[in-house]
Amino acid sequence: MQIYLPIAEVSVNAFLLLGLGGIVGILSGMFGVGGGFLMTPLLFFIGIPPAVAVATEANQIVASSFSGVLAHVKRKTVDFRMGTVLLVGGLVGAALGVLVFNYLKAQGQVDLLVKLCYVLFLGVIGALMFVESLNAIRKSKKAIKSPKRKQRGWFHALPFKMRFRTSGLYISVIPPLIVGVCVGVLAAIMGVGGGFIMVPAMIYLLGMPTKVVVGTSLFQIIFVTAFTTLLHATTNYTVDMVLAVLLLVGGVFGAQVGTRIGTKLKAEQLRILLAIMVLAVCGKLAFDLLVMPSELYSLGAAGGH
Amino acid sequence: MLRALALFLVLTFTANAEEVVLGMSQTQVSITTNFDGSEIFIFGAVKREKAIPTGDLLQVIVAIRGPSEPITVRRKEKRFGIWINTDAVEVDEAPSFYAVATSAPLDDVLTATEDLRYKITIPQAIRSVGAPMTVADSQSFTDALIRVRTANNLFQLNEGSVELSEETLFKTSIAMPANLTEGEYGTHIYLTRSGKVISEYETTIDVRKVGLERWLYTLSRQQPLIYGLLSLAIAIISGWGAAAIFSGLRRN
Repeated sequence: MQIYLPIAEVSVNAFLLLGLGGIVGILSGMFGVGGGFLMTPLLFFIGIPPAVAVATEANQIVASSFSGVLAHVKRKTVDFRMGTVLLVGGLVGAALGVLVFNYLKAQGQVDLLVKLCYVLFLGVIGALMFVESLNAIRKSKKAIKSPKRKQRGWFHALPFKMRFRTSGLYISVIPPLIVGVCVGVLAAIMGVGGGFIMVPAMIYLLGMPTKVVVGTSLFQIIFVTAFTTLLHATTNYTVDMVLAVLLLVGGVFGAQVGTRIGTKLKAEQLRILLAIMVLAVCGKLAFDLLVMPSELYSLGAAGGH
Repeated sequence: MLRALALFLVLTFTANAEEVVLGMSQTQVSITTNFDGSEIFIFGAVKREKAIPTGDLLQVIVAIRGPSEPITVRRKEKRFGIWINTDAVEVDEAPSFYAVATSAPLDDVLTATEDLRYKITIPQAIRSVGAPMTVADSQSFTDALIRVRTANNLFQLNEGSVELSEETLFKTSIAMPANLTEGEYGTHIYLTRSGKVISEYETTIDVRKVGLERWLYTLSRQQPLIYGLLSLAIAIISGWGAAAIFSGLRRN
């Protein structure tokens, strides 16, 4: 069934959108990532204008994250305190990111920089997670319990310490604030929720238990993407409600299924799956940059200088 | 999809010996929720007071042209091992849609001078004056614009697709793709003999979003904050709804 999208001004198959929403929703629930880093490129591939894809995806992430977080709230795996600290950083970062985005747009190179950001971040994070979880699996197979690493030194010497009961941490608010800002900037530039950066940052940098990481990142993503949606809707008029509804109908149900699957898998397996997916998307984007495109010319709205 | 309004429009040119009497399957294209392109049938007759002139045969050109807008055409080049946008040319005016249908091969129907005068073919419809000094081959950018739009069915040249019988009755159909820009689509019918335009007829097709499409589009432009909040409300409600349904299912 073809459906016409009023803002994107293209006609697409409704079932294709529902299916894409569903698949990305499952992944979102499983890994606590908004799924934007997968959905945004997929939307480009089916012919949605990039500006509309980025803005609408932000709106869809709100829905799937909200649906996902409710399941985590019930299981008490959301660290609201940590989430709020990350959120404060995230909002500042998103505003900064929009400024950077507009500057790059004026230079006419925004597409390239967005893609390079994807390749760089997905590549580095994917590789790190892959190696780390592979090691973890190997260790657990040998049945040797590795002592829990505790980061010491400058990290714990920082001021403004706060107790995060749910995570069982007593650390300074500065590292989570910085993580929040970085994620906010990247989220605004790359048009994603930022979960794929935040989840590893929370595990490896802040030392949060994997159990609360997913719920807490979903909590933060809801508000940052809601803020981004409003920014796009009021400045660029690029949020397509019909597209968003189709994606989120599939997405919210997918997220519920995904959360259930996620609880049945071991943390290491979860991480290695996410790492493989991140690397796959990275590889595809890098391939597109390296191989000569079939059409060297592209059309864009005038006034991009 | 096709709304056969079959509205006959009659217009008389007193000065010409041969004139067009035109009928169209529709003068309005409504973009609805399930809009998937539209096919417009254009049919008509040549009205004349005298007998059919001898000599070269009468030919017909039908052209539908969407609203024009400036476009930036960018070209990629390999730099540092990756393909990136380098040169850009701003094309001052390019139609968002342009279909030309003729009753015979274009060269037989229209001379180059007449084409220049009436701006009938696709390259004539594009206006590009100001290419930056750094770009030497601005023509290749215009060619690329035509190539990309032709690949998307936005530019069409259908030679010989106008059926003409007895030099009097003609009919053709033009397929419009789904990704249309809203606005007035100028529709021109030209009658030619020995490559010269002898009569011209003009009407418009109105392409508009209607119903839900129109409402959402207007809201997003005029009340962007409300539109944004509405989008968020839908997102939150459906997110919550799905969670509620699922937890309900699990309990049972």
